[in-house]
Amino acid sequence: MSADTLHNSAHGHDHGHDDHAHGEAPHGSLRGYMIGFILSVILTAIPFALVMTGTLDTTTTAVIVLAMAAIQVVVHMVFFLHMTTTAEGGWSFLALLFTVIVIVITLAGSIWVMYHMNANMMPAPAAVTETMSQQ
Amino acid sequence: MSAQTFEATANGETPLFYEVEEHHHPEGSSTMLGFWMYLMSDCLIFAILFACYAVLGHSYGGGEGPKQLFELPLVALNTAMLLFSSLTYGFAMLTMERPGASVRAVQGWLIVTGLFGLAFLCIELYEFSNLIHEGAGPWRSAFLSSFFTLVGTHGLHVTVGLIWLVTLVTQIGMHGLGQANRRRLMCLSMFWHFLDVIWIGVFTIVYLMGVLG
Repeated sequence: MSADTLHNSAHGHDHGHDDHAHGEAPHGSLRGYMIGFILSVILTAIPFALVMTGTLDTTTTAVIVLAMAAIQVVVHMVFFLHMTTTAEGGWSFLALLFTVIVIVITLAGSIWVMYHMNANMMPAPAAVTETMSQQ
Repeated sequence: MSAQTFEATANGETPLFYEVEEHHHPEGSSTMLGFWMYLMSDCLIFAILFACYAVLGHSYGGGEGPKQLFELPLVALNTAMLLFSSLTYGFAMLTMERPGASVRAVQGWLIVTGLFGLAFLCIELYEFSNLIHEGAGPWRSAFLSSFFTLVGTHGLHVTVGLIWLVTLVTQIGMHGLGQANRRRLMCLSMFWHFLDVIWIGVFTIVYLMGVLG
């Protein structure tokens, strides 16, 4: 019994908070979904238009396309997946943060290492490249 | 309290090193967090496939590259289908959360979502079959292998999502919008929106950057 009361006094506040987090499922609103949808349409249409018309030079287009994709991912996370830093007591945000770190390491590491592998490979003899392109 | 082995009597209080009694958690209270963890691990699968594509995406094996093979209008249409389906799934959730929500209305929005998803899949399969007919199947080059693996895995997820969606439409038709079914609908909602997030990466990295050169 004594342990029980102590336990309650020590963690009472945390419990209340937890219950609140469990009870409050992430809710969206019509306004939220519409904002997310319209932003997504804009952030999709611009990159497609830029690439299909080719109005800007390649480097500028690439930067804009990648930036818009990054923004759109955040838009989806906020307006469709209702991601907040406080949902589930912050655990889902922590999981997301961890995943992002692992993804960055995986992608950047693979591209970096493999690029150097490619660059440092011995060039194939001309005869081999010719047969390869004939196939 | 025989479970407690540590007794600290210095200040007269008993410190608790571990919890003696289990908390009471309402049924399903941890489902959403658990499902989110699953989505994050799924995200890692896609991260690896994206990394493969980034590494192999320029090895055409003397064959055609993205510029000749990809049709951007078709991809734009596909993107629109998935985006619309995300919005209509949102409407299904809003309908569900309204007090006294009707099962029919929720089912209606879910079916509309499913039709958009089906349209997405059909367009993707049409694109795949076109590529294969042109002799640009996954066996042609490392670029095409990684392309089919990445986009195919996403398509497989959409297929599974569609099966899940049909299951839930039937389920809420039989058992109504109880607590358990609401939770299932919320999980599928996360899954469906998550697939749209992955698709942003696919159309940007694979199609747009590919055609850009």
